[in-house]
Amino acid sequence: MYRYDEFDHDFVQARVAEFSDQVARRLAGEITEDQFRPLRLMNGVYLQLHAYMLRIAVPYGTLNSKQLRMLGHIARKYDKGYGHFTTRQNIQFNWPALSDVPAILADLASVEMHAIQTSGNCIRNVTADHFAGAAADEVADPRPYAEILRQWSSVHPEFSFLPRKFKIAVTGAERDRAAIQTHDIGLHLKKNAAGELGFAVYVGGGQGRTPMIAKKIRDFLPEADLLSYCTAILRVYNLYGRRDNKYKARIKILVHETGVEEITRQVEAEWQELKDADLKLPEADIRAIDAYFAPPALAERPEGDEAVKLARLDSKSFSEWLDQNVVTHRHPDYAAVTISLKAIGEAPGDASDSQMEAVADLAEKYAFDELRVSHEQNLILPHVARADLKAVYDALVDIGLATANSNLISDIISCPGLDYCALATARSIPVAQEISRRFASLERQREIGELKLKISGCINACGHHHVGHIGILGVEKKGAELYQVTLGGSADENTSVGEIIGRGFSSAEITDAIEQIVETYLGLRLDRNEKFIDAYRRVGPAPFKEALYAGEAKAA
Amino acid sequence: MKVLTANRLADGEAVWYANGGWAETIDNADVAYDKAAEDRLEAIGATASANNEVVDVNLIDVTVANGVVEPVRLREKIRAAGPTNRNDLGKQARPVAARAA
Repeated sequence: MYRYDEFDHDFVQARVAEFSDQVARRLAGEITEDQFRPLRLMNGVYLQLHAYMLRIAVPYGTLNSKQLRMLGHIARKYDKGYGHFTTRQNIQFNWPALSDVPAILADLASVEMHAIQTSGNCIRNVTADHFAGAAADEVADPRPYAEILRQWSSVHPEFSFLPRKFKIAVTGAERDRAAIQTHDIGLHLKKNAAGELGFAVYVGGGQGRTPMIAKKIRDFLPEADLLSYCTAILRVYNLYGRRDNKYKARIKILVHETGVEEITRQVEAEWQELKDADLKLPEADIRAIDAYFAPPALAERPEGDEAVKLARLDSKSFSEWLDQNVVTHRHPDYAAVTISLKAIGEAPGDASDSQMEAVADLAEKYAFDELRVSHEQNLILPHVARADLKAVYDALVDIGLATANSNLISDIISCPGLDYCALATARSIPVAQEISRRFASLERQREIGELKLKISGCINACGHHHVGHIGILGVEKKGAELYQVTLGGSADENTSVGEIIGRGFSSAEITDAIEQIVETYLGLRLDRNEKFIDAYRRVGPAPFKEALYAGEAKAA
Repeated sequence: MKVLTANRLADGEAVWYANGGWAETIDNADVAYDKAAEDRLEAIGATASANNEVVDVNLIDVTVANGVVEPVRLREKIRAAGPTNRNDLGKQARPVAARAA
């Protein structure tokens, strides 16, 4: 994985020193909160309901054991023994004292981590497919390009005060696991007919109060032009993006209001000015960054087949975990493992200090020291020999992280909601917990099959409800929590925005409503192979509306 | 009825104005029963904010029943108690803050 060079070290150390000084001045009363707020936000420090919150960047979701161990250490020493992995592949701590933040940032810097640009109207952490470098279906690892974008966008003088925040995601596979069409810029790394690497470029996707699916503005951008083209997009946005209304300031609104043809024309025109200048990436530079992401030397481990076969016969629970949480690796003797942070009844994405340390140990012992955070709020061991899967599974059982529910209904994305967040209008974690408990039976979950349920506690949609097969949005109505349900959303290569199914449900009703929706699906699917999303696309909302609301119509 | 709440600058702890200082629980918060009392609390909040003791100062609606101060909005109930999914965290986890209700 990427290692800091001298420049990176100096840059991060300088920022730690700078922010430490700013914190000291704030605590001494030398600067006001109005002066300090933008400074703390630039360093990932928010003020939430109970305390400050620190959001730490995990670039493109990649971590090594030492880093995860440090996150565990921070959780224990400065926080309350746990951290929350987010949909942007980052981690948040919910209880740090402002006076401790300089020490936390110094600890992070010692393992090549920071909290820079995890907030503010700048280019945020670039996200990537969590199976990058391991997936059997990718043309190339997308992370070197994410790293190039990170270097380019870090304290970029022109793009540090954009109209609004800006999010970029990269995938290297046809099957999109990075939700690129819901980002300000989505990049799909692919090969052209000549076998050269480049990108399909999508612009103007986003969720929040106005969900939009990104539009493809270029089918193939040569890799050397990545930065000049992104600069062109950002320039058009920086110039024309609305600064008069926070809710209309994202590039999705600009793309929508300008029209895709005109925005493409503007970007291409800007790009013509830039493409042959100093932003063109030299081949040697790309390959040098590539080298940092060279896959580990994967020795032949052909004994894995037999070992897995025997272990399957021996343990039903291992067999289920294998079916659900283990995916094919590009090397036949290896697999990529999803460590579910969605144990039944737990808060989605939370991990304790000791769990983080134990997972770090596992990564070191069995996974070439590599870990990923997925945007679905799970952890990934991208390279595990199939021969070691049983040992990994057994170790995960010991720390309560062997829940075999990847992509099932209890693998819920949920924002922190009103239990923590100052912006939230309703709770989301308890809703996730109750649904997860209702569907606790793994047998039942597997019978239901792939179902992506996503919950947001306010219209900002951090819990991705718009693109959940089933989405739940919590709002406040007449002083009480009300949950609105959307159906038919999806965040993959066939991205769609879910449709509101009808009136909302109270917190007491919402789990029953979800169960009703699931039962309706089970009753109408063609067979077990027809997934929820496919069935919904076939039949539309009518049968679900009927199931949820028909009684009311008759009563009325 | 209103009480004055904020977060302490140095550690972010949620606090309520009570008996001439900032308390870590809502239990003994000064309750404003009229506009004059609200104005007084507001002025105290502005001063405390200007003195860099606290941030995010707000007057919030409460009810008082049998001497127990209870915020009206769920958001403020959660601030006063802690996350509803983790009763081992926040004010609710403290023995002294055991709530009468």
